[in-house]
Amino acid sequence: MVIDKHPMDDWLRKDRIPHIWCPSCGIGIVATCYIDALRASGIDRDKATVISGIGCTGRIPGYMNLDSFHTTHGRALPFATGIKLANPELNVTILSGDGDLFAIGGNHFIHAARRNIDLTVICVNNFTYGMTGGQVAPTTPMKAISATSPYGNFEHPFNLVHVASAAGAIYVARWTTLHVRRLRNAILEAMTKRGFSFIEVISPCPTSYARSNKLGTGLDIMRFYQQRSVIRHGFDPAKTDITMSSEIIVGKFVDSEKPTFTDNYEEYCKKLKENK
Amino acid sequence: MHGEFFMNGDIACAEGGISGGCRLFAGYPITPATEIAERMSQRLPKIGGVFIQMEDEIASMNCILGASWGGVKSMTATSGPGFSLMMENLGLGVITETPCVLVDVQRGSPSTGLPTLVGQADMMQARWGSHGDYEIIAISPWSPQEAYDFTIKAFNLSEKYRTPVLVMTDEAVGHMTEKVTILPEDKIVLEPRRKPPLPPDKFKLYSYDEKNIPWAPNAGDGYRIHVTGLTHDERGYPVVNAETQNKLVRRLVNKIRLNEKEIADYKGFYMDDDPEIVIVSYGITARPSLSVVRRLRKKGMKIGLLKLNVVWPFPEDVIRKIASIATSMFTVENNLGQVSIEVERVNFGRCPCFQIGHAGGEIHSPEEIIKEIEVSLKNGHR
Amino acid sequence: MMHYQIRVSGFGGQGIILAGYIIGKGASIYDRSNVSFTQSYGPEARGGACSSQVIISSEEIDYPHVTDPDAVIIMSQAAYARYGKNLKPGTFLLTDSDLVKVDPEDLVNIKHFSIQATKFSEDLGKKIVANIVMLGFFTGITEMVSREGMLKAIESTVPSKMFDINKTAFEKGLQEAEKAKVAV
Repeated sequence: MVIDKHPMDDWLRKDRIPHIWCPSCGIGIVATCYIDALRASGIDRDKATVISGIGCTGRIPGYMNLDSFHTTHGRALPFATGIKLANPELNVTILSGDGDLFAIGGNHFIHAARRNIDLTVICVNNFTYGMTGGQVAPTTPMKAISATSPYGNFEHPFNLVHVASAAGAIYVARWTTLHVRRLRNAILEAMTKRGFSFIEVISPCPTSYARSNKLGTGLDIMRFYQQRSVIRHGFDPAKTDITMSSEIIVGKFVDSEKPTFTDNYEEYCKKLKENK
Repeated sequence: MHGEFFMNGDIACAEGGISGGCRLFAGYPITPATEIAERMSQRLPKIGGVFIQMEDEIASMNCILGASWGGVKSMTATSGPGFSLMMENLGLGVITETPCVLVDVQRGSPSTGLPTLVGQADMMQARWGSHGDYEIIAISPWSPQEAYDFTIKAFNLSEKYRTPVLVMTDEAVGHMTEKVTILPEDKIVLEPRRKPPLPPDKFKLYSYDEKNIPWAPNAGDGYRIHVTGLTHDERGYPVVNAETQNKLVRRLVNKIRLNEKEIADYKGFYMDDDPEIVIVSYGITARPSLSVVRRLRKKGMKIGLLKLNVVWPFPEDVIRKIASIATSMFTVENNLGQVSIEVERVNFGRCPCFQIGHAGGEIHSPEEIIKEIEVSLKNGHR
Repeated sequence: MMHYQIRVSGFGGQGIILAGYIIGKGASIYDRSNVSFTQSYGPEARGGACSSQVIISSEEIDYPHVTDPDAVIIMSQAAYARYGKNLKPGTFLLTDSDLVKVDPEDLVNIKHFSIQATKFSEDLGKKIVANIVMLGFFTGITEMVSREGMLKAIESTVPSKMFDINKTAFEKGLQEAEKAKVAV
């Protein structure tokens, strides 16, 4: 039997393929997991909106056959806040990278999480700025080599799941691009949950980070994830730092409930009307 | 809410936003624009709108762009330091052709400058502040009544031309209280959103009409649009080459430039007898300028005032026409030479041009304008 | 042609800005004159010398600032030092007699009237209505704004449960104005 159509073809803007990602880059896996989760969710596809900032991961929305917005560097979250508050019916997902969301967009991230805007944030963490050629990022582990830390990084990195949980995210998980099924299920869980959800996806950058740090080929990196990953659901996010030599603790760390910005705002407006 | 009210220019501006259809305001506190945010926080929750105080002005600007694509008319308001932060995503609004309104209540500057005192020194920033080639629409009110009227107008222009529109007001107008007539809802004509004329399978997001203006659906309308800050083709897809750039950027510029006469809005005072001396001014500064014209007319001087309501795009033909008749032109503005540069450029040597500037902190007094006119007429062109 | 420039001054917290606003609102909305009202902003409005300005005119108001006031209300010594000197002949100068010590040299050709506005407001049990007592006094003395216009402006500005005491304060000021005019 010859299949000339991939089951996901209709979900992609086929006229934009081939994509820009390098061979063995993890971003395509994340895009696939998102589409698979969306298909499984039962969410009306025309009410699903994907938004990104700038960077390799920021290109995902451009390939999705959905309402999609590719904003400026770091600004996906305030843009998404506007679109979600304008139309709360939309299911809004932000797909962006670690540099975009946590360096230039760091302030927006903590405030969107604090407000508990009903958004799903999927952060592809490849520990570097891929699109600009592999510079040091706020996630780069100590001692790692990058284009702007040529003798080894000496800055302390962010632990993204810890930041997200401290800022108030109601769902926080971390997986690697090896954990395809678990990642897809996490995205499904996050996108159908009300509130600010955060998923960190540890993902290879074979061209920059892996090469500078001699991590081998794409297959080698998958093996590395397999050897180093330890699943610890409910683990304290504060204790999940990633170093060059540590285990990669993955799992669902936070799954809680609290009223969203929109819930509280609607309540606030309702009270105003009652007191009129 | 309608009728006559005694309100300041900031509150009038917020009310103009609401009358103009604004149902989402995102902002960050800054003097002397804060009263706009405060008013919106009181009013929007009661009329089904959203007020959100963002973490900074960068976020505020992005939030209103997102809201606009979400299908809600949106606005933000700030002053100099915040205006600088908004420039990045004003550019995103320009290239993605997103209707929204940005109010700058100008204060003394640069930097923190004079938070509580007047200035008009952001006019060139309004014109050129975000990187790259583009044209913008900027309007400038001289009273609380105009702050109300022009904010409605700003919303209509932004929908009509699918572009961010700037309301370049200032501290003096913002903090001045006068009578403001607020119209009942059924008396306000609002420009509707330019929805796609074709169904999703036939529609290209950045196809455009004979005036270079596109249409657009909202997110969730089933069009599966792609909107990007990258240079894009008519489908909205990123295409990174000189040909696409040339087509897109020229259209963005022409969308405003070629429609300038339709956008233009100015008012002449004592201009009917082709006066020898013409003052060009805008916003609060046009008020002492008008005072000067009235006084000098009483003394027999043939002098008039051209008040620019829309400052950008610049009304080149009007200025050129005046310059070919007048014997001298004076641009009076609360900065040290911004719109005056345009007056001089367009004038192109037709008649001597002078700027009567001010570094900010207070508005010009009529006396100092008269003195400068007299000195300039005596000494000739610098 | 009618054209009045009015300045209200004192220290922050005395309701100086509100007083100017009410004059402006009365003249604009209820007397239907052209009015521009401006005020001092920033930290100085919350303490120290503070002022608000009103222009009332039968013509359109181009220049919105007070340059040569026709009436000056002063409720603190610091404000007097700043705004009470070198007034043009014929200007109404209204002061709180317990708070402002005037210099007779400043009063040549000036229509000076004083009132114990703060004391009267204390007698009414609400020190914060001193500005309204002063507004009643201003209205009675200068007649630049109608009594009805001022009362309507007060009614539409102060919280409704505070209107009665404000009305009493305003009327007290008016009565004192009548007495002061007879005395002259």
